Amino acid sequence: MSLSALSSAGIRFEDIEKRFGEVCALRGINLEVRPGETVVLVGRNGSGKTTLLRVAAGLARPTAGRVSTIAEASGGAQLPLRLGFVGHRSMVYDELTAEENLTLFARLLGTGGRRGEIRALLEEAGLGDRGTSLVRTFSRGMRQRLAIARNLLVPPALFLLDEPGTGLDTQGVAWLAATLRRLSAAGCTMLMSLHGQGTLNGLATRAVRLEAGRVAADSANGVSLASVLAFADT
Amino acid sequence: MKKDALAGVVVFLLLAAAGGAAFFYAPTERTMGLVQRIFYLHAPSGMTALVAFLICFVADLGYVFSRKERWDWLAVSSAEVGLVFCSVVLVTGPIWAHPVWGVWWAWDPRLTLTAVLWLLYVSYLLLRTLVEEPGRRALASAVYGIFAFLDVPLVYMSIRWWRTQHPQPVVFGGRGSGLEPRMRLALFVFWAALLVLMTFLIWLRYRLEALRASASAVRREAEWQ
Amino acid sequence: MSLLSDTLVLLGKELRTEFRSRELLSSAVVFVLMVLVLFSFVFDPTEAESRRFGPGLLWLAFLFAASLMLQQCFLREQANDTLSALRLAAGDPFAIFLAKLCANTLFLLLTELLLVPVFAVLYGVALLGVFPSLLLVLFLGSLGVSAAGTALSAISAQARMRELLLPLLLLPILTPVLIASTEATGGLLASEPATHWQWLGFLGAFDAVFLTALWLFGEYLLEE
Repeated sequence: MSLSALSSAGIRFEDIEKRFGEVCALRGINLEVRPGETVVLVGRNGSGKTTLLRVAAGLARPTAGRVSTIAEASGGAQLPLRLGFVGHRSMVYDELTAEENLTLFARLLGTGGRRGEIRALLEEAGLGDRGTSLVRTFSRGMRQRLAIARNLLVPPALFLLDEPGTGLDTQGVAWLAATLRRLSAAGCTMLMSLHGQGTLNGLATRAVRLEAGRVAADSANGVSLASVLAFADT
Repeated sequence: MKKDALAGVVVFLLLAAAGGAAFFYAPTERTMGLVQRIFYLHAPSGMTALVAFLICFVADLGYVFSRKERWDWLAVSSAEVGLVFCSVVLVTGPIWAHPVWGVWWAWDPRLTLTAVLWLLYVSYLLLRTLVEEPGRRALASAVYGIFAFLDVPLVYMSIRWWRTQHPQPVVFGGRGSGLEPRMRLALFVFWAALLVLMTFLIWLRYRLEALRASASAVRREAEWQ
Repeated sequence: MSLLSDTLVLLGKELRTEFRSRELLSSAVVFVLMVLVLFSFVFDPTEAESRRFGPGLLWLAFLFAASLMLQQCFLREQANDTLSALRLAAGDPFAIFLAKLCANTLFLLLTELLLVPVFAVLYGVALLGVFPSLLLVLFLGSLGVSAAGTALSAISAQARMRELLLPLLLLPILTPVLIASTEATGGLLASEPATHWQWLGFLGAFDAVFLTALWLFGEYLLEE
């Protein structure tokens, strides 16, 4: 899988508000993630991290405000913008095998889904020997690996991850960290919410802390990255 | 407050005028006698219900394309009021039918349409009760409302053709069948009065929704501080 | 990818999932079978009565079975949030609906084709001679049921008590399909079978209206 002609894309949130009836999950969010940045999102449960990521992905429609992408082509090639998303749930079909799942998404994305490529990707994700098993039989960690692998069919220009380390064993986290490092080196922009996963914190070029749906601290504004991350779980 | 009372008085007077027209001005029908006068309530109620559901349809479209809450308030108000008028048709039908034709109910084309309309909009309100989050509730019910109203002409046509192929004695009087000028006038007056009543009821219900929404907004503001 | 290719890919997924477990098909078939058998048992209709009431009974049974089958349509996409994955991967969200619509129509048709012979035997009606026309009625009717049903399934998936809600939403809306299909089927079952093109045309119109409505408004049903 060639990463050479990867487009990089950032994302801009303007006055984003997201309400669910009485509950205001996000308010007055003004944030710009520049292409190529790796931003770690921290905050307590219920601070709005998941909502922000879903709004960024276009899955949730903001009650007010605008989300826009900042696209930048590198290597002279104009590729369609690819969005990667790892959510709280596996986003794969239990009734299909791992191979069938990846083939399905590959075909939807238009990358052909040739068996060799799918098998290679599953191998890389540590699921090589379970490719033809139904996902229903997978453990939590294996589903998470597949959930991440689903996004590697086409290298994303913008990768949104919601607590991606959940359920992964040490090798899994190491694989994830290596993959993210490789993608970042090729220019992929990443916005990921973390909940105290040490290894993954190290990838951050910037950290943003959310509190009660608002941006409480942003390392781009002079506050040190370490201090933003340090208050993560208090 | 004053405006409400004034409006209420106007509506009451109009209804009284209509009632007077129906009871005193219009002549007594030859065969059916006194009970036929309920027709002046029965027929216009059906037409008023349709007007209310049309307003609901427009409001549904308004919400889907603008996402402004106001349209949702209008949609639920007009649906509820339409359902009330629908119920009036379904209740006055048997009251009229029994003394005159000896049956409580007949699947007359208009009654059948009204029954289906009633079911459609009862489902609309039921759907609203079962979706808790206001944004989703508004959008889901708006799309359902659009589908329901698009269905109405199809329901009407299918019932008409069906009854053409399997004719039944026309129980509730064809449109304007042998109506004397005075009867026609009484009918018209009643319809006008009902339309005004419909508007008044929708307006009151809409205001109730608006008040509920601003109460929630105030609560949210308070919690933000 | 394009609407057509995405729809075909997703249709493949729907078919593969269903044929692996066959749970929707089996529950629908058993349900209709039960209704037909019980009615035949309770009413023991004469040939004339079968001709008169049979079509209506058949289509009512199909409608109830459809509302059972359609429950799962969007619920199975909620379990692992695969709906979000589809929304992100598919170019046009209508592909999601179109694929489910085709799958639902097919499953309904299969159920109907399996049960129509049973109906013919139990109620003593001759169907072989009119089979091509009957197939057309079944197809147009099932398409209408699926068009409305797929949309309403997406709506009810967002509500509580969705198992009860879906039939309540679906059945009033399908009144025209019930009338038209019953009339068309009745015409074929008559002692002198006749194809009622008027009713078939009407079913086609219903299908067109709801397909268009689904195309225009479907994506709003996927929003959060």
